[in-house]
Amino acid sequence: MRFSEKIPGRVLLVIAFSALSALVLITVFIFVEGVPLIARVGVFNFIFGMKWAPSQGAFGIFPMIVGSLSVTLGAIILGVPIALCCAIFLTEFAPATVRNAIRPAIQLLAGIPSVVYGFWGLIFVVPLIRNYIGGPGLSILAGSIILAIMILPTIISISEVSLLALPPPYREGAFALGATQWQTIHGVLLPAARSGILAAVILGMGRAIGETMAVIMVLGNAVAMPSSILDPARTLTTNIGIEMAYAAGEHRQALFATGIVLLVMIMILNSVAQYALRRRQDER
Amino acid sequence: MSVNNTRMVSFDGTTPKARRLNARQTQAIAKATIWAAAVLVILILFAIIFYILSKGIPELDWEFVSEIPSDMGRSGGILSPIIGTLAVTAVAIVIAAPLGVGTAFYLTEYTYEGGITRIIRFGAESLAGIPSIVYGLFGFIFFVIYLKLGWSIVSGGLTLAVMILPTIIRTSEEAIRTVPQIYREVSLSLGGTRWQTITRAVVPSALPGIATGVILGIGRCVAETAAVILTAGSALRIPTSIFAPTRTMAVHFYILAREGISMERAYGTAALLIILILLINIVANILVNRFVARGR
Amino acid sequence: MTPQAKIAVKKLSFYYKKEQVIRDLSLEIPANEILAVFGPANSGTTTLLRTLNRLSDTIRGAHMGGEILLDGKDIYALDVSVTELRRKVGMVFEVPTPLPMSIYDNIAYGPRMRGIKRKKALDQVVEKALRMAVLWDEVKERLNASAMSISGGQQQRLCIARVLALEPEVILCDRPCSGLDPVSTAKIEESLRELKERLTIVLAPHNVQQAGRVADRVAFMLMGSLIEEGPAADVFANPKDKRTEDYITGRFG
Repeated sequence: MRFSEKIPGRVLLVIAFSALSALVLITVFIFVEGVPLIARVGVFNFIFGMKWAPSQGAFGIFPMIVGSLSVTLGAIILGVPIALCCAIFLTEFAPATVRNAIRPAIQLLAGIPSVVYGFWGLIFVVPLIRNYIGGPGLSILAGSIILAIMILPTIISISEVSLLALPPPYREGAFALGATQWQTIHGVLLPAARSGILAAVILGMGRAIGETMAVIMVLGNAVAMPSSILDPARTLTTNIGIEMAYAAGEHRQALFATGIVLLVMIMILNSVAQYALRRRQDER
Repeated sequence: MSVNNTRMVSFDGTTPKARRLNARQTQAIAKATIWAAAVLVILILFAIIFYILSKGIPELDWEFVSEIPSDMGRSGGILSPIIGTLAVTAVAIVIAAPLGVGTAFYLTEYTYEGGITRIIRFGAESLAGIPSIVYGLFGFIFFVIYLKLGWSIVSGGLTLAVMILPTIIRTSEEAIRTVPQIYREVSLSLGGTRWQTITRAVVPSALPGIATGVILGIGRCVAETAAVILTAGSALRIPTSIFAPTRTMAVHFYILAREGISMERAYGTAALLIILILLINIVANILVNRFVARGR
Repeated sequence: MTPQAKIAVKKLSFYYKKEQVIRDLSLEIPANEILAVFGPANSGTTTLLRTLNRLSDTIRGAHMGGEILLDGKDIYALDVSVTELRRKVGMVFEVPTPLPMSIYDNIAYGPRMRGIKRKKALDQVVEKALRMAVLWDEVKERLNASAMSISGGQQQRLCIARVLALEPEVILCDRPCSGLDPVSTAKIEESLRELKERLTIVLAPHNVQQAGRVADRVAFMLMGSLIEEGPAADVFANPKDKRTEDYITGRFG
């Protein structure tokens, strides 16, 4: 009786470590595969090298780091204001019926395959840029626009949760002092929810920096250093996505090394986001 | 809410009239902007879905879903990618659902918040942030090469299983936590063991929520490209075993579109993908609503 | 000397973390009687009830001292099966707590966990339990209806029937009528009085009047301490302690 009562707990404890074990495995295997190349090329030359030519043994990923950071920054600049407004709309303005219709729509936006976003960008956004703004169309701008759309659901839902979590007296107190709705939002609610919103933005950044398939289709994938947002570029993720299909030997190691850099960047972003979310909980 | 009509009280020295006008103007502008942003988000969503569906649905017919692709996908249907998608997703769910739900039950029912839960949550949260291409790299080097499973349905399924594990853990945990504590006390007070209490009193109430998490996991598997292309391969033959390579619909669509093999077939595949995702979302929402209704 | 008590509580102390909620409490509960343990809010009655079937085990950071004997045997002894103890000492909660399933499944919940699977045996158990809780005539036509669909008073009697289905020796009732109307309350009190013929009842009443109506013995608790205990008639007519008198005459609490 007592013995059998203990078995489920033991089994579940083992199961509960599956996620952590997977994390350890992922980290170990990616590092084991990629670190030797970084060691050979040198950390500085790998990260700040300007030339990527695997056939000539040149492995510098700086243009791709710039590419990743610029599309991510672009996505944040375009996406965050819209996402924040949408979250405010959902929590403060929308009537219940509208809210109940929009939530599933945003959830659907999160469910659409990233290749479909990329494809839509390719046939819809890229020609628009080429015809009306200039350049080849396949560009950092196109990538930023697609990523801005893709990170909307993440930022909207986490910001919404943060705004909803604010206790009612915040709103009532401000209204009682005669503030307008916007004054309440701008002066009371947004500052009070800032940790959660910050976490939302950072997690959105994480999604943008990690996205591959959508970006591959609209970014042009040139390995050269981009000089404007209308230039094509290549990100860390697309570098892996494009070349993994045929890479071998040292070249493949270099792609895993690219993965290490990506993983480290993501881990830093996520730690900051988790810290911000935890602070939100503590504030309560 | 009648906030718009609220009179501004002068508490900062400015004349009430000027202050009120100003604040109300800002309020109007802000309100318009916020409404516009919400409308824009919905417009974008419909633009994408409508565009893909309007171009893709005319491509859909019986032949499209019942024949295997020929000539690299230029002609024929997409039967083998459909089978590939189902097979890879099935493997992923069979592995990830027990692990994810089990973890959630451990975290909620078998332990108190403390060092162990913090470590487990750290693992799940970190996993959730890892980009799918990195899952692809890992699945390739670990399942395909190290475990010698090759490009196959198992390799793809196992990689996706790791990828959706955090989603299933989180949604299941939330579902279990919403089951009223009193149900557990009642079951225990009727002489139930902890395990009986979980399986008979907690699981039935948490099931719709858990199912929602699993269904969202299915949605992610169906939509994923980067992680599967590196682990399941892109073979067009109908797989004969789970150790055979395959191609999922998302990968098929990617190859058709990127290599310009056939735009018509690409639209058709994309439309089918969107329809599938729509259905998955609808089912998930029905479950959530039922869950919420029962919780009341 | 009275015959051996059904339950004997000896020098019980109970703490939530550092806060002591029961102080050095000793009490004997005779068989086949209704004992009402009453007192103002937070006087420890709920905690006392929960220690009697070890439901208090599930509270994190709680610890206790002293001992509790059921039929002379320590219920906290290492070789005691908690599940078996809880079957013998059933609990009815403050709010009606039907599980989200049918009336039938609620009653059959406990017996099923004990391995009774045969439909016929379960049918018998369910009917008997519902009859004992004076609920059978009201629900016999709709045993498969959701337990959430009947009235609050019926739900509470369902909870009593659910406990009775396990043929317990003791029932702990924690303010079982606090949210109910007078008619439902009267019905529950009536079934409690009938039940004491075959088992022992420990009741934390939601007010002094209820203690007066149903209890054979009463125990008055204040701030975790037992102030006074004795036959109900004696305590209500001649309280020995000033605080008991103040409370039952409504001067505080």
